[in-house]
Amino acid sequence: MIFLIIIGMSLVTMIPRIIPAFVVDKLEFRDWVNRWLNAIPYAALGALIFPGILSVIPERPYIGLIGGIVAIGLAYIGLNVILVVIGAIITVFLISM
Amino acid sequence: MLQRGLATGLPIMLGYLPIAITYGVLAKQAGMSLSELTLMSVMVFAGASQLMGANMIAVGAGALEIITATFVLNFRHFVMSLSFMNQLRNIKLKWKAPLSLGLTDETFAVAALNPKEAKMEKGVLFYTAIILMAYLSWILGSFLGGVLGEVIPDRLSQSMGIALYAMFIGLLIPSVKKELKVGLIAIIAMLINAVCVYLGMSTGWAIVLGTIIGGMSGIYLLKEERA
Repeated sequence: MIFLIIIGMSLVTMIPRIIPAFVVDKLEFRDWVNRWLNAIPYAALGALIFPGILSVIPERPYIGLIGGIVAIGLAYIGLNVILVVIGAIITVFLISM
Repeated sequence: MLQRGLATGLPIMLGYLPIAITYGVLAKQAGMSLSELTLMSVMVFAGASQLMGANMIAVGAGALEIITATFVLNFRHFVMSLSFMNQLRNIKLKWKAPLSLGLTDETFAVAALNPKEAKMEKGVLFYTAIILMAYLSWILGSFLGGVLGEVIPDRLSQSMGIALYAMFIGLLIPSVKKELKVGLIAIIAMLINAVCVYLGMSTGWAIVLGTIIGGMSGIYLLKEERA
């Protein structure tokens, strides 16, 4: 049963990921479509960050928010992504005590 | 190139290990065997849907339900893949197809923010290194979680839940500093996503809409420099 679930999950994950690899060569996009696709990474990052970040500790949404603000600060002063991640983990660990 | 890819992919590994371990612990508690939960990481390689899958298995949901929910949650990768594959136009299909299978929120974010390599010689190795590193650390982390789950204190693993969000922020901010409009695109996507969630939409569709509609703002905002 679980094996069946795994195969099914695998297929529905693979198919949307792989279709663009085969179709993109056959398509010639207009300029505005290219601009749209170029904006997708930034839009995706935005959508992935908020409001998901509020659920880091679901019963206390402000903790995720504070962790996020610390991450913004650390990234703004130019720290490497790894240090940003570590800094945010420590912050959440300390304020959730 | 390979080495540069590994260095660029390192933050993903750091973000993945705690999440993968969390998944491993949860999957074990849900009644999956060690080989089943590791196999799921090998074959599915999608964090959020695996965590959801393990939860649904734990509450005894049916296979069709779980598979449908996975599809809904992962459809956002179609949009990301379309954007990424457009970036990789110079790269051959025999590379593009396997790379597309390694696309996750994190590998996409890191790869898409490094577009120059797609045009360089051997640039494909750069993307391959990022994705392989993410994939292997995901599998290893799941396995570890399944083996030694109870050893890790709850509060630490909970705090690690911020890791991936912090990584997304750490990736976004340097681009925003270079070009403020990029931050505007991200904020528009955030707001659309938040409104969709508020209206009761599932997380998966909300992210899809936030990404697609939020990305449309780029049609106007990115006009000058990329035209």
